[in-house]
Amino acid sequence: MTDTILTARMDAHPSDSQTLKRYLATGGYEALGKALRDMTKEQIIDEVKASNMRGRGGAGFPMGVKWGFLADATPRYLVVNCDESEPGTFNDRQLVERDPHQLLEGIAIASYALGVNHAFIYVRGEYPKGARRLHRALDEAAKAGYFGRDILGSGFDLDVTIHLGGGAYICGEETALLNSLEGRRGEPRLKPPFPAVEGLYAKPTIVNNVESISNVPWITLNGGAAYAAIGPERSAGTKMLSISGHINKPGNYEIVMGMTWADLIYEVGGGIRDDRQLKTWIPGGASSPWFIPSKHLDTLVDIDEVGANGSMIGAGAVVVMDDTTNVVAAARSIVRFFAHESCGQCTPCREGTSWLEDILTRILDGHGRTADLDLLWDVSDNISPGLGWPPAMTTICPLGPSATAPVASILRYFRDEVEAMIPTADVARA
Amino acid sequence: MTSAMSHWSAANQERAGVILASYPEQRSAIMPLLYIASLEHSFVCDDAMREVGELVGITPAQVQSVASFYTMFKREEVGQYLVSVCTSISCHLLGGDDVLEAVTAAAGEADDVVSAERAECIGACGGAPAIQVNYETVEGLTADKATALVGWLSGSRPEVVLADEMQQLFGGQRSFDWGPTEPDGAICPVPAFGPFGSAREGR
Repeated sequence: MTDTILTARMDAHPSDSQTLKRYLATGGYEALGKALRDMTKEQIIDEVKASNMRGRGGAGFPMGVKWGFLADATPRYLVVNCDESEPGTFNDRQLVERDPHQLLEGIAIASYALGVNHAFIYVRGEYPKGARRLHRALDEAAKAGYFGRDILGSGFDLDVTIHLGGGAYICGEETALLNSLEGRRGEPRLKPPFPAVEGLYAKPTIVNNVESISNVPWITLNGGAAYAAIGPERSAGTKMLSISGHINKPGNYEIVMGMTWADLIYEVGGGIRDDRQLKTWIPGGASSPWFIPSKHLDTLVDIDEVGANGSMIGAGAVVVMDDTTNVVAAARSIVRFFAHESCGQCTPCREGTSWLEDILTRILDGHGRTADLDLLWDVSDNISPGLGWPPAMTTICPLGPSATAPVASILRYFRDEVEAMIPTADVARA
Repeated sequence: MTSAMSHWSAANQERAGVILASYPEQRSAIMPLLYIASLEHSFVCDDAMREVGELVGITPAQVQSVASFYTMFKREEVGQYLVSVCTSISCHLLGGDDVLEAVTAAAGEADDVVSAERAECIGACGGAPAIQVNYETVEGLTADKATALVGWLSGSRPEVVLADEMQQLFGGQRSFDWGPTEPDGAICPVPAFGPFGSAREGR
């Protein structure tokens, strides 16, 4: 059984894994040849469906099912989401910098299967190195006949445009991304219509994440069943996890899901720095509710398991905090992020995220009031009623509810610590 | 090319043409064109928005509504070196706030050559705390090393900002093995990407 899919080439050939020469020498573009010569479009889509791969961008929706929703109208588009901006995530950055051809081949196969002749890669503006590597790789591959007109003599044409973002996290939300790609403010659209019906330029559009599409060459060569056989049934395949924070071995790890969080943190991540105690961790990026050692160390790293425990694997960002962490300051950092990145369309998010930041800041500054604990909950509840999971929303997109995750987490698990930061005079007065 | 852009360099006019041709609808070219206009004017000034509007066939006000949404389109002059310090969660946990304080202080003594800004997550969490100089990433910093980096920028004034060079001189823990040295770097506070003309091969 294959240990790794996505990182195998860069691990074996660290000095030149980004080049066409190395890519071809390690089986690259064979999957595209097989797809164009030996497979129908429907067969490719069936293999992706059979893989059971759930989209790696955060929502976890099965990629093959998403492909099946694509409407018949033409032209239609494929848009690859490389706007990786969730605090804690850096795995797409590694995939595009270290193995850009793997993504490009996935784009070519997906485009053929979906009847797309123009694909876009939306790269966040802060990843110019990744954009350069993709651009060079695309040039090389086009000269070798893998992109452009009549690819490998099949009659299939494909252009790819690399688009650089402008530093807005919200453009990782697929409809905001499409607005941005159309040259508009990156404000999320109401759904329906979904992009598969009315997406880029109101045409049928599939938006997939970098990691998802990077798996397509392997699935095409080895078959969907082989992919589905890796790991738990409902969390099939390998998953890139970014581990950071107070951990001994930060980095990206391509893992098979199904291990416990204890194994992930202490075995894969090498344990807590300086032999300190684990206080809490964020299982799936800044948007996800936190986990704590007394409840969740034996929980499985598995999309549905984590969901059943009130959080998510999301885009795969694990942020570890040790016992020295000021959880109010940590929550403020995350809330400030969402306040800064709110697009401003929906009042509960635009106003609420700033209020949450202000309240946490005054608590940190020693000016907190006893009533602030209830106020934090109330403001959060206005954005995500009930503060349950999956989050209810009073907003167009999930950004606002994401900002409530750290607030609800510290109120649930560390209420004593928050209260201890409120000046005693105020407590006495209350 | 229309008249308003006649003062753009021949190379940038050509780049603008290639970019416009790479989208099914011209309006999609606004963001890349704003980056090119930033090279011409050093930031997104009123003239830049008028020119981009003319290129894609919309009003300057419509261009402004787009430009003002994105933090990387600078609406005022910034130094030759823009140092963006991440203080999002992983960098916050490992000293990013101290790095921001150090960089802000050092930039204040660098005669407008270096500008400092707080940035939200730059995708370098495994190498926290991290910064970008003209959007080229340096990982595993400390407050002292960041101060030294700002001093080096204002003292040696590198023409091309290279991530690998800065990482070797001032960096530490990385998010992952970067692989081979990257030949291209940034010539100004615009993401270094060939089609914009803002990337150049280093020393």
